[in-house]
Amino acid sequence: MSSNDVLGRTEGGDLRLAGLTKRYGSFTAVDDLDLTVPQGSFFALLGASGCGKTTTLRMVSGLEEPTAGRIFLGDQDVTDRKPYRRPVNTVFQNYALFPHLDIYENVAFGLRRRGVKDVKKPVTDMLDLVELGHLAKRKPGQLSGGQQQRIALARALINQPQVLLLDEPLGALDLKLRRQMQIELKRIQLEVGLTFVHVTHDQEEAMTMADTIAVMNAGRIEQMGSPAELYENPSTTFVANFLGQSNLLTGTVEGVDGDVVTVTAHGQRLTLDAARCPVRSGAVILGVRPEKVHLARTGAEIPAGHNRLTGGTVVDTSFIGVSTQYLVTLATGEEVSVFEQNTGREIQRPGTEVVVHWDPSQGFGLEGGQDIEAGAADIEEDAA
Amino acid sequence: MTAVTAPPAAPTTAARPPEARRRSPLAWAREHLLLAVTVLIFVFMLLPNVIIFWMSFNQPQGKFDYVWHRFSLAAWQNPCANGEMCHSIGLSLRIGVVATIVATVLGTMIAFAMVRYRFKARSGINALLFLPMAAPEVVMGATLAALFFNTIGPGGLGFWTITIAHVMFCVSYVVVTVKSRLAGMDPTLERAAQDLYATPTQTFRYVTLPLVAPGIAAAALLAFALSIDDYIVTVFTAGNLETFPMYIWGSVQRAYPAQIDVIGSLMLIVTMAIIALSQVLGRARSARR
Ligand SMILES: Nc1ncnc2c1ncn2[C@@H]1O[C@H](COP(=O)(O)OP(=O)(O)OP(=O)(O)O)[C@@H](O)[C@H]1O
Ligand SMILES: [Mg+2]
Repeated sequence: MSSNDVLGRTEGGDLRLAGLTKRYGSFTAVDDLDLTVPQGSFFALLGASGCGKTTTLRMVSGLEEPTAGRIFLGDQDVTDRKPYRRPVNTVFQNYALFPHLDIYENVAFGLRRRGVKDVKKPVTDMLDLVELGHLAKRKPGQLSGGQQQRIALARALINQPQVLLLDEPLGALDLKLRRQMQIELKRIQLEVGLTFVHVTHDQEEAMTMADTIAVMNAGRIEQMGSPAELYENPSTTFVANFLGQSNLLTGTVEGVDGDVVTVTAHGQRLTLDAARCPVRSGAVILGVRPEKVHLARTGAEIPAGHNRLTGGTVVDTSFIGVSTQYLVTLATGEEVSVFEQNTGREIQRPGTEVVVHWDPSQGFGLEGGQDIEAGAADIEEDAA
Repeated sequence: MTAVTAPPAAPTTAARPPEARRRSPLAWAREHLLLAVTVLIFVFMLLPNVIIFWMSFNQPQGKFDYVWHRFSLAAWQNPCANGEMCHSIGLSLRIGVVATIVATVLGTMIAFAMVRYRFKARSGINALLFLPMAAPEVVMGATLAALFFNTIGPGGLGFWTITIAHVMFCVSYVVVTVKSRLAGMDPTLERAAQDLYATPTQTFRYVTLPLVAPGIAAAALLAFALSIDDYIVTVFTAGNLETFPMYIWGSVQRAYPAQIDVIGSLMLIVTMAIIALSQVLGRARSARR
């Protein structure tokens, strides 16, 4: 296809952002962003509302001019290219389908603008891919939200862009349809093999779909990695709280002995794997995920070598069927959440005196001095 | 939910008729009040048109045909018996078309500038645009007359001065109409077009213009209607020329030929035919999809 050359499409084109910055007056919406999205990967940009996700996408698509920094597609610097000269397409947050054109013409729009003569076959194929061929003659206003979303996807995909940008495309859908569309999107991405940059503020969505997640906070990337990496080894309290839930305890490093870091927190001695703790002395934050923590009645036997926090009282018990979620208050006032799988064990009623314990290899350490509540509010917002 | 509430609802419906019959006078009035008011409003608005249509079949007799003499097709067979009248209609139509085109193009461009760009004089221009709508027409007409007298002189008054005056007040209405349409347009649509390889020109041609077109069309119709029946400003700027409204006003004092009613009826018929045609075309287009 000669039109590809016009758009400067290249083989092996990773998307690379270097020092990308956007300021509105004195407000910095995107702050010195550096990241590389490998070609063909499903990349998720995860962050709370207003953290600069849409702004980042708009700079990549060319609809917004960066204040500083460069954007590369493969070995080409596209920073100064107009949006209609970039091999990048967007699925907009509100879909932005053309209301005066029918579905067929909406999907054909990009091909026609590039002067492709025979659009019938690609458009029909694309409508079949999103399973909406029977709606070709309808206007966007006559479609449901989920159907509009699929047309927006088809309209972008048909151009086979080097990078497809998806700006919270599933945000307006209800939970069930959202799960369905997540699977669908992932299937289509594997099928067409394009680079997808998917923006979302739903951590579960990011984890299920993406190969790589970048967690964004206030215009910066907090951490980047595979879903498992981010979940098991968050590097900041924001990531630990935003991606799933964490119990975070402030403490002090007592010493390092080989592979083991010893920490005092709330007057109790706890240990950590040195490999999962970047701190070697001074203030530290010890984290452990609720599902890694176990409960035992005070006085009951606890596996040898486990970290333990004694003097806890169950204050809340919610039985969810597959698991039971406990909230335990320690003598020092700290709260610890515990998720126990339903393995038929006894359920502890509120008021029970308990010991909280976990395998030391399941904990992780974070730099001390951070706000242990950072990112936590967003979880509640999401759950609501 | 419907399935659950439906069975108990059935006996209530069965029991209702006698009760409804008892309340019937009040209920009847309540149900038909809207109809009565609607009919009255229609009569109020349409009666003058009906009378003009009826009087257009009056037998022309003498100078004043205010009074019904007898039925005749004479006026319809010879609507241009009075050459001056048809000449004035031609003039009004020409002015209307030119003023509409100029005002619509100019007004649309101003509307785009006002909605899309933030510039220093923006609020000032907004106020200026409002002026022709707010200022009394007599004042505007007198001012324009003074302006033209002092620049091109009394001899220069005519087609172009009338047209310039009409463009001036029509532009304000065009700007307001197009602006509201533009402001209601989702700006992401144009971004989406650019994202889909449309150059700025193509974006305007394939996305912006089709979406704003209904607003522009409405503005043009409004401008034409304003121009074709304007009297006050026109009188001040017309010089020796006589537009149709001026002709009617003048002739009412000298004579009232039945042909005026014919022209009035014709205008009504043409307007209604255009509206009907656009409705039929619109329905045909939506049926094809
Ligand atoms: N044109 C603008 N002028 C000034 N500030 C802006 C502008 N556009 C965006 N911002 C600000 O930049 C920040 C980032 O906006 P952005 O749209 O990128 O957020 P987002 O991460 O996409 O949020 P959401 O999840 O709600 O869509 C916000 O605080 C917003 O108020
Ligand atoms: Mg956004």
